[in-house]
Amino acid sequence: MTYWVEEEEKKVHGKVYIIKDRCKQCGFCIEFCPQGVLQQSEEFNAKGYHPPKLVETDEKKCVGCGFCQMICPDFAIFVEKEEENEERD
Amino acid sequence: MKKEIRFWNGSIAVSEGAIVAGCRFFAGYPITPASDIAEYMALRLPQEDGIFIQMEDEIASIAALLGASWGGAKVMTSTSGPGFSLMQENVGLAAVTETPLVIAEVQRAGPSTGMPTLVGQGDVMQSRWGSHGDYETIVISPSSPQESFDLVIRAFNLAELYRVPVIFLMDECIAHMSERVVIPPKEEIEVVERIKPNVSPEKYMPFQPVNDIAPMATAGMGYRVHVTGLTHNEKGYPMTTSPEVQEWMVRHICDKIRKNEHKIRDIEEYRMEDAEIAIVAFGIVGRSAKAAVKMARRHRIKAGLIRLKTIWPFPESYFESMADSIKKFIVAEINYGQIKLEVERAVHGKASVELLPKFGGAVHQPMEIYQKIKEVKNGN
Amino acid sequence: MEIEARANPMDKYLRADRIPHIWCSGCGLGIVLNAFLHAIEELNIDLDKLAVVSGIGCTGRIAGYINTDSYHTTHGRAIPFATGLKLANPEMKVVVISGDGDLFAIGGNHFIHAARRNIDITVIGVNNYNYGMTGGQLGPTTPLGARTTTSPYGNIEHPFNLCHVAHAAGAVYVARWTVLHAIRLKNSIKEALNKRGFSFIEVIAACPTTYGRRNKMPDALDEMRFYREHSVIKHGIDPSQANIEIGKEIVVGKFVDIEKPTFNEAVEELKKKVKKK
Repeated sequence: MTYWVEEEEKKVHGKVYIIKDRCKQCGFCIEFCPQGVLQQSEEFNAKGYHPPKLVETDEKKCVGCGFCQMICPDFAIFVEKEEENEERD
Repeated sequence: MKKEIRFWNGSIAVSEGAIVAGCRFFAGYPITPASDIAEYMALRLPQEDGIFIQMEDEIASIAALLGASWGGAKVMTSTSGPGFSLMQENVGLAAVTETPLVIAEVQRAGPSTGMPTLVGQGDVMQSRWGSHGDYETIVISPSSPQESFDLVIRAFNLAELYRVPVIFLMDECIAHMSERVVIPPKEEIEVVERIKPNVSPEKYMPFQPVNDIAPMATAGMGYRVHVTGLTHNEKGYPMTTSPEVQEWMVRHICDKIRKNEHKIRDIEEYRMEDAEIAIVAFGIVGRSAKAAVKMARRHRIKAGLIRLKTIWPFPESYFESMADSIKKFIVAEINYGQIKLEVERAVHGKASVELLPKFGGAVHQPMEIYQKIKEVKNGN
Repeated sequence: MEIEARANPMDKYLRADRIPHIWCSGCGLGIVLNAFLHAIEELNIDLDKLAVVSGIGCTGRIAGYINTDSYHTTHGRAIPFATGLKLANPEMKVVVISGDGDLFAIGGNHFIHAARRNIDITVIGVNNYNYGMTGGQLGPTTPLGARTTTSPYGNIEHPFNLCHVAHAAGAVYVARWTVLHAIRLKNSIKEALNKRGFSFIEVIAACPTTYGRRNKMPDALDEMRFYREHSVIKHGIDPSQANIEIGKEIVVGKFVDIEKPTFNEAVEELKKKVKKK
């Protein structure tokens, strides 16, 4: 039982875009993602580097802070924020 | 408007000429015997809505010139041999980025610190070959305050027209001698403005020549040009591993001058119509040589004077054809043989070329040149 | 959530046809460029009124990647070039981005004099402790004892503290960040761009290829971890107290932010005073 009207809360997620062929595998995005969203992939890009990929298990873990984008030296990753309605139990 | 008459030294004349030509930015560094120009520009430019800045050295001065030229201004600096040596790397940058600028180089006797207050003409080759790699400059040599005024306007016009560094190669005594200078009415003075692009930024190729010269988009015009001293293509992008682009670029920056040498050429001929012996001189020596020719003529020696007002690009074809009729050339210059080598090269062995050097610190006396004429005449 | 390939929104500020850039994996220069572009975006600066000037070296290549009027000049001479550009065309926002060797060795004289005159430009000096482009030689900021190709037994020269130099020479804004502080760096660049006068930001950046691997930091990631663990933010500290030594903490932050009339302003005033009627 609640005595107040609950507003719909919005939780922000990020959608990560990776331009694989620009990646030079410095590992900064993987190391410094506060949420641990990224990991190194097995695949090779055109230059022979392993670009990052998302950690598969946790789809909504990225909060869209954009730090990976800020510290990527190669313009190979960026994030777009997405808002969605949070369902409450 | 009427013409005006002034009593000016060469330094003032070159400064006032520059202002008439549209120079509104001057960066320089003190050096004898060129400081007078900087001092005068410091006085005059702010009055004309222009900018004078004294930089920390000559390298900074010419770098500032390049920046200001790309900022859209007509620009000049003044210096002498040692300062000119320091500027050379950026002369190359100006040549390869096709940046219009004028360097008033008041020569003193070298090498090194040499004789700071006395005359010399030893910077002739430096003004052509001072920077590394293949490139071309235009070099102009006045022989009076009047010509300092008139020809510096031409120097600016050529710099803007051909997008090239122009060296205004003065002699110490021209900068310091005062004479009558006639200033023509403003409407009679030709002032050339640089060609700007008339296509949209998407279609603009910053280094693609149109009739030999690429229109120049300076900062803030919306063309977002990349300018680099690296070997670059017509887009301005570095192409540092392409021999083809290197060839295209070097040919362009050289050929735009070489092809137009006959248009740039400015030579005074005196008593050359029937001459058998020709004195070749430039700058202050042209005046002694003229007096020597007069002496020779009084003694019925058919001597004449070829005075180079433009030294570079060297008027090769001119000398080659002159050598069909003239068999004896005497080159009088205040150095140990610089233009002499060029004349020798240009006449292709069709005539003899003798050097009459001075080593700096003094100008040839007319009598010395006359003596040399007699010597050559008598078949040595 | 899926990963797709799409154009990076920052590409509009780049000459995207020249990307990927020439810098090595892990090089900090891309981060500096990125932070600069984000600052431009957030300040909504008109790219037609922005000029970027650089000298020679790895950092010197930055100008060539930015989609604006950009000038890649001779070694050490970016600042006097920028001085001429700014004076002749005061509408332009003029930024110099160059390296430690370019700005403080061969171009050191120009740096101090532009700061002294308070020329209205922003200088971003990327300090990677060595000459990267030419193969990792000793530079004016190489820490004492560090190994480079021209100090194979360890550096015996005392390095410059760049922020101290800038402050002493008269810069009105002085800050230092590492490339790990990308967001703070971006904010600092925004402040500097809005500052009237000579502003200077030193950015500590990894050079794994020619410096790191000779100094027990062959992986740029290790150097970034070092920044995380050993950087200390001390705003307002006297920059003379912020020397950089091997293995010691790196003091970062905004050290100087003062007001002073600029050279441009002085010139305009002078012109008004002496202009012929």
